[in-house]
Amino acid sequence: MSEIIESVKNLSIGFNSQKGKQISILRNVSTNIKKGETVGIVGESGSGKSTLALAMMGYIKQGLFPLKGECLFKSEDLLKMSSRQLEKIRGRKIAMIPQNAGQALTPNLKIGYQIDEALKLHTDLNKRERDKKISELLNKVRLPSPETMAFRYPHELSGGQQQRVAVAMALAGKPDLLLLDEPTTGLDVTTQAHVLELLRFIAKDTGTSMIYVSHDLGAIAQVSDRIVVMYAGEIVLEGPARKILKEPIHPYTYGLLKSIPKLSLAGLPASMPGSQPQPGSINEGCSFYDRCNLATDNCKKNSPDLEHIKELDTNVRCFNYKELINQNNNLQTSITKKSNNSEANEVLKLKDVSISYAKQKFFDQLLNKISDQNPTVKDINIDIKKGETIALVGESGSGKSTILKSIAGLLKTKDGQIKFENDRILSSDLKMRNPNDLRAIQLIFQNPDESLNPNHTVEQILSQPLKLYFNLSGEELKKNIIDLLKKVRLGEFYMSRYPRQLSGGEKQRVAVARAFAAKPDIILCDEVTSALDVSVQAAVLNLLQQLKEDLGTTYVFVSHDLAVVRAISDRVAVLYQGRLCEIGPSQNVYKFPSHPYTEVLLGAVLEPDPDIKPKLVAEDIVEEKPPEKGCSFQGRCPRKIGDICNSKVPPWQIGENGNAIRCHINIEELASLQQ
Amino acid sequence: MLLLILKRIGLGLITLFIVSLITFVGVEVLPGDACTTYLEREAYGAALDTCIKRLGLDVPAYERYLDWASNVIRGDFGYSLSGEMPINEVLGPRVKNSLVLASVSILIGIPLAIVLGIITALWRDKLPDIMISTITIFSMTIPEFISATLLILIVAIWLGWLPGIVIIPSDATFYELLSNIILPVVAISMIMTAHMARMVRSSVIQVMASDYVQMAILKGVPYWKMVFRHVLPNALLPAINVVALTIAWLLGGVVVTEVVFNYPGLGRLVIESISNRDLPVVQALAIILASIYVGINLIADLMTLMLNPRLKSLQIRK
Repeated sequence: MSEIIESVKNLSIGFNSQKGKQISILRNVSTNIKKGETVGIVGESGSGKSTLALAMMGYIKQGLFPLKGECLFKSEDLLKMSSRQLEKIRGRKIAMIPQNAGQALTPNLKIGYQIDEALKLHTDLNKRERDKKISELLNKVRLPSPETMAFRYPHELSGGQQQRVAVAMALAGKPDLLLLDEPTTGLDVTTQAHVLELLRFIAKDTGTSMIYVSHDLGAIAQVSDRIVVMYAGEIVLEGPARKILKEPIHPYTYGLLKSIPKLSLAGLPASMPGSQPQPGSINEGCSFYDRCNLATDNCKKNSPDLEHIKELDTNVRCFNYKELINQNNNLQTSITKKSNNSEANEVLKLKDVSISYAKQKFFDQLLNKISDQNPTVKDINIDIKKGETIALVGESGSGKSTILKSIAGLLKTKDGQIKFENDRILSSDLKMRNPNDLRAIQLIFQNPDESLNPNHTVEQILSQPLKLYFNLSGEELKKNIIDLLKKVRLGEFYMSRYPRQLSGGEKQRVAVARAFAAKPDIILCDEVTSALDVSVQAAVLNLLQQLKEDLGTTYVFVSHDLAVVRAISDRVAVLYQGRLCEIGPSQNVYKFPSHPYTEVLLGAVLEPDPDIKPKLVAEDIVEEKPPEKGCSFQGRCPRKIGDICNSKVPPWQIGENGNAIRCHINIEELASLQQ
Repeated sequence: MLLLILKRIGLGLITLFIVSLITFVGVEVLPGDACTTYLEREAYGAALDTCIKRLGLDVPAYERYLDWASNVIRGDFGYSLSGEMPINEVLGPRVKNSLVLASVSILIGIPLAIVLGIITALWRDKLPDIMISTITIFSMTIPEFISATLLILIVAIWLGWLPGIVIIPSDATFYELLSNIILPVVAISMIMTAHMARMVRSSVIQVMASDYVQMAILKGVPYWKMVFRHVLPNALLPAINVVALTIAWLLGGVVVTEVVFNYPGLGRLVIESISNRDLPVVQALAIILASIYVGINLIADLMTLMLNPRLKSLQIRK
């Protein structure tokens, strides 16, 4: 057994509530980190995973304080150290890689200075040696031209590059333990896969122990040797990564794994009922009792201890875990959804749509000259059938949200037409659209925290569209609101609540209800599940599907998450730099032959399975502008064949599966290349 | 970058042009003209004729505007009726006095405000913060004519340490001024420092809560190094514009304070020339005060641009 580097013993951390009650957000947590080991800490937001990770550096956020227990680093308690002593450990023995490097790098200091600062603090090197070391470190994290990189400011780098700088900074002090707090959240799929690959390489190369905190089981699965699952401030399951992911014996982990959409499964993921309890609300019994389908009366009254199971090398906090042993075939199932009627009429047509963000110069405007020859979004042709769910996927900058906004009328198109019902052209100017068209197209936003007015009750929020479009009032209005709430599975008593009194999932349900209040024909969903926890995401996806099957609504669903898109959509359009690459029925888009960009995206998806490794086929370069001519993907394409890609826009080819691919390579050749 | 500076200067000049038009037209549309307003009941016969001739009121308005504007550009503001001398001679000592008052207040007030702001932020909700914040709230809310009067009552009348009002000729030397301006400086600084200290405090607190400060702590950066390297440069950047506005406000004449202390600065000149109906001087003051505001804001904008790497590279890329 190898040496233990850090050990957390019976740690509880909490705060004093306004009523003077002591509320703990971390309860009795114990775990050990061994030398050279990577431990994944996984949990949904509010599970206490970040608090635990920060405590392992001796850092407690303002307002919180340790209630009991200790964090022993090489048998010294970090929580009892003075700040002077901690300065000697932080960065030198334990280093941190933060969640959002863009915000964690000081904006007014150059990259080189920030790395140099760590070197100055934690090594004895002189100026010349340090300069050399900075280049070495930047080289190690595979940043382009490390010599000039040091003279740049953080904002001059892309998100992936910033994250790499943060890694280089953490490595500067040669730490024994690296703490990673959601290091890839917020990055594009391909960038995320690249950063993870780098982290895995560094762990192997330097023998550093790592603690990887994330809500994303896909990322955790790729790096961890051991996994700790947190729920409501407690460890509920802990064991070897493979065991946890393939044979989870805690009902929460089991449910969590089932609620993750997977590329290999066509249907919708199963959702878990309810949501995580708020800190302080658990008085007795198991904290998972409300959501558990194995719960008995015993679970209500007594809370289970963490039990060690020798033959599985696992700790589990559950009375009934035995029921889950050998139940794991069920993990690979999903809820089949009714597919839509392919004979239906087209309800929305995008014809040669181009959108430009470039401002027309004053004189060009006078002369009515079009100044931007290379618009952000160009030549989009999509016909959307009634009752269909069509997904637009791509990384950030692919123009997917831009297209959504122009359908909603929030952005003017530069060229082309948007036709609605019976080929009637919708004005690209919101003010010129008639009220009925405005009602017919509704939008659901990514973040319900920002899209719901915090000063309105749920009743006020839902009554607005009903008053505006249907002139309802009094009893009738109230009846309609209750109906809407019922549709999104919320009780009548939610009417008087304010958004801040709702959980993330409940808020998004209210946002969904508001969109449906208008009885729309089309709902535009802009990354509607990205801000939600996995188990809640599954519930919202199921809700959307159910509503669609009942009401025949059409969805235009924008997402960067290919697995989510696979679960919900009937048809998928893949976009790169505002140009369509591939479009077709989803089961076919996810099958080869694919457009090389689709291939890159599919390869980078992280599955919660240690046996499925991402395939990195293209560099994670960030292109700021689409190329002026030729194929939009020419800059990054791993299958580029030559000059023709730079000079000619590729033709559409229809595969035998019915998906259309825009590539110069013959579709049969693509199929054989991608086998 | 150069283009940007030129653009800003151009915009400033346009602003000044508009201000000059407004003041000129404003004076024109008033009933009567500069002479009848000034001379009041004696506005007839020879006195009126000389006045009209002196101010050149016998030519059409647009000609007079052009004439006036071109003189202003050359630095000649015309003739003061009440002072019976060129406006430049009236303005000279007043500008100097206001400059002295403003610069002493700035030199004391702004560094003090920054230090107080930082102390209150770093010791947030602890004793130093509670004490300083209470005092700043008081000095912010008490209007200056009350605080100034109280100062005179306590320091000048009861204690008799300092002169209560400034009784110096408007062309006094710097040393004569110095002993006389202590009370006005205190009265002005109280409000200005309080405002700025509170702003610096909230700005520092905001930066202290940022991800990059947490990161610096977790990197093992010692506390004071973190404060000076990672916090202050980012927290004080937004303060530049407020400092600029304060300076402009001070230079433009702190009217109430100057009147209470009988201080011969620009602020009091505004009051005097209005009550004397000396329209040429009012006109001149309007354009001078506008230029101060435009100029100082321009400098502040350019400084923010220089100091904020984010804005700098953004501009260069454009």
